[in-house]
Amino acid sequence: MTGLAFAVLLSAALAGYAMNRRAALALRNGGERLHSLGSFHGLYALLLVLVPAFVATILWIMLEGSVINALTLSGLPDGVLAGATNPQLILTEIQSIAGGRIFGTPDPWKLEAADRMASLRATSGWLLVAVIAALSAALLYVSRRQVTADFRARQAAERIVMGLMITCSLIAVFVTIGIVFSLVFESVRFFQMVPLTEFLFGTRWEPQMPIRADQVAAEGAFGVLPVFLGTLVITFVAIVIAVPVGLLSAIYLNEFASRRFRAVAKPILELLAGIPTVVYGFFAILTVAPALRAWGAALGIPVAPNTALAAGSVMAIMLIPFISSFADDALSAVPRSLRDGAIALGATRSETVLNVLFPAAIPGIMGGVLLAVSRAIGETMIVLMAAGLIAKMTINPLDSVTTITVQIVTLLIGDTAFDSPKTLAAFALGLMLFIVTLFINILALRIVRKYREQYD
Amino acid sequence: MTDLPDNGRASDTAWSSDAFKNRLARRHRKELGLKLLGLGALTLAFLMLGILLWTLISGGAQAFRQTHVTLDVPISAQMVDPADPAAGNYRGVIAEAMQATFPDAPQERMRALSGILSNAAQFVLRDRVVADPELIGQVVQIRVPTSDTYDQLNKGNVNEASDESTRRLNDEDIRAFRQLEAEGRITLPFNWALFTNADSRFPELAGLRGAIIGSFYALLVCFLISFPLGIGAAIYLEEFAPKNKISDIIEVNINNLAAVPSVVFGLLGLAVFLNWFGMQRSAPFVGGLVLALMTLPTIIIATRAALKAVPPSIREAALGVGASKQQVVFGHVLPLAMPGILTGTIIGLAQALGETAPLLLIGMNAFVTSAPGTPFDASTALPTQIFIWADSPERGFVARTSAAILVLLGFLVLMNAIAIFLRNRFERRW
Repeated sequence: MTGLAFAVLLSAALAGYAMNRRAALALRNGGERLHSLGSFHGLYALLLVLVPAFVATILWIMLEGSVINALTLSGLPDGVLAGATNPQLILTEIQSIAGGRIFGTPDPWKLEAADRMASLRATSGWLLVAVIAALSAALLYVSRRQVTADFRARQAAERIVMGLMITCSLIAVFVTIGIVFSLVFESVRFFQMVPLTEFLFGTRWEPQMPIRADQVAAEGAFGVLPVFLGTLVITFVAIVIAVPVGLLSAIYLNEFASRRFRAVAKPILELLAGIPTVVYGFFAILTVAPALRAWGAALGIPVAPNTALAAGSVMAIMLIPFISSFADDALSAVPRSLRDGAIALGATRSETVLNVLFPAAIPGIMGGVLLAVSRAIGETMIVLMAAGLIAKMTINPLDSVTTITVQIVTLLIGDTAFDSPKTLAAFALGLMLFIVTLFINILALRIVRKYREQYD
Repeated sequence: MTDLPDNGRASDTAWSSDAFKNRLARRHRKELGLKLLGLGALTLAFLMLGILLWTLISGGAQAFRQTHVTLDVPISAQMVDPADPAAGNYRGVIAEAMQATFPDAPQERMRALSGILSNAAQFVLRDRVVADPELIGQVVQIRVPTSDTYDQLNKGNVNEASDESTRRLNDEDIRAFRQLEAEGRITLPFNWALFTNADSRFPELAGLRGAIIGSFYALLVCFLISFPLGIGAAIYLEEFAPKNKISDIIEVNINNLAAVPSVVFGLLGLAVFLNWFGMQRSAPFVGGLVLALMTLPTIIIATRAALKAVPPSIREAALGVGASKQQVVFGHVLPLAMPGILTGTIIGLAQALGETAPLLLIGMNAFVTSAPGTPFDASTALPTQIFIWADSPERGFVARTSAAILVLLGFLVLMNAIAIFLRNRFERRW
């Protein structure tokens, strides 16, 4: 049905183009002087039909689902929802029955509701096509009426295009607003169940769902400190390994490597950045963690199966090209005169790098390191696969720790109900993650921008 | 050597003195040290990449081939009713065939012997008989996959010298398998099922078809949304936007959006698309929407760079012959910038293809045993399928995870190769 609606609006728009262009050309052949070319009259009609009809279709598709859900729920027989602890799960079940996936033998009222949902969906589809057809016809009529010799069709069409482009660039802002709004909205609901102070300063993170509804927040503990500490431990491990390796490789590539070696080595290094993180996660559990455990056993040190060291060191591999390319850019951005001056005074290459170039490049490198920190904090797949699930107050990298992102995903994986503190806790964690990474990113961009051009 | 000259300057200029030579040697050693450290760091990074790729290739290569058994199956009319072949007792038919293959095996061994075959054997047989009911009453030769444990045995992953109680196959099982091998019934052909099957609980049947199609739909939706939006936004910001506070805010916003952790986009998708708009869970369409929001900043930044690279003389010439500003942009600047824009878009899409976390949050890690027919059906994507398989304990899934990763990396390499080709072939330097 959606496809049909799109076909209707596209063909209406094309028909509008042809119709108005022909009408305009007919006027010109009739001896009148047109203000705009015929094709602009056509373009104007095309845009006038396409834009509103398209927006209407998109809005319909976006809102259709929730309207149908609400209608289905309100049509349920009295009393079935009153006894249920979780209307969301019932809705999910009805949806999957309506989608043709039936597990076991559902209650008859569920089957009935699923039937109603399916018929509502079909009705909605036809209604959409009808609405779009009517809207397109009306707009076609309006645009056809406007074809006159002195209609400024080019300006009108360009105004619509300009409006479209402004909308496009505002979408990026809307996305940010959407992120902030959705995170804050769900977090506020969370903080109504769990006090903010308990979340920020609690030292126990045990978000398991209480079994009965009346023990909300009494059983689950939502203190974010151990989770945050775990994130810091893994980030620290990753940064401690990635920064020296990344910096040294940047220095080598920038100062010592021959042109040919650099041309080969740099793309290979950047391959590391292109590998999806889920691959790194698999590498961590398959190779790195068992190796670390074996070494630990050989040395007599107890290493946890999900040691933070494994997740951290694999994350470091991911960050090496990131830091290296930032450092490379920063070193290359130092003016040539400084380098030449140092060499002319008799400094060796290494002295030039360490005493002249490096201090000058520090702001750029710091910016890169900060961005790497923000990436490490926000990285999900490696830690989800290689780090632990249980929050511990420890800074021992050999122990198993959990991170913010791991908790977000594990709390939300599977079917979720939007009214339990367990689910909402994930949004509170997400808000925290967003704020922390945003703060670091802004700081990093400021450092880079503020000190970058001081030599020019 | 030890007596210092009066004024001290003599030693500073005594270039050939030992003190000087020592100092110089020390400085050169330091130089060499830094050089070696840098080389060591690079080597470490390359070594890690090498180990990673080697692990994947050595582990995944096995999954591209699958052990099959060729069996002669007598289909009797007692087991399969010619009037309704779909309802036949194919499990019984297979058991009879195994009995015929191992005539001297005792009755209590039959269950274990049937375990050599994959669960799919009866369905393969059923499909053939339903397609051609003439086969009833004849002996049919079928080639079916073995179950995972025997697949591992055939690929040499079972240590036969180890204690019998520590492996999943006892000596009798292995003897039975070796007998089949001696009869020439065991083959190891290319594992087409990896690409033609969807997910399954049984490793020998699990394939990537659903995941590949799911990823394709998600990327298609992502492209259809982020490409026009990204180009529109970039053209406005680069060519038309007045230099004012609002433009600045939009710019800062886009830069920050590019650095927001991907899991946060997943939260956005879950709260807005699934919860508020009530869209279908696990659908590639929703996945594509979320990926589009993530890819948008990348495309905007790449498009702006490409537009900036078009020299002002082109714009001035077009304006000079009377084109409007939009005619200049859409008729001249945009076509010239297109190769750069496409390159940036493909690289952005490649990133989106590897993205996992946001897809997990909108439920694209569902266990779905059929490939999605439309972007609105529940499905997995390649990276989430890798995540699911990596979590599965069976040995066969470990190899399949590596194989799935190789397939994913193959797609990524292909996309990047196209991007590089486009850049080299069409990009103009002014």
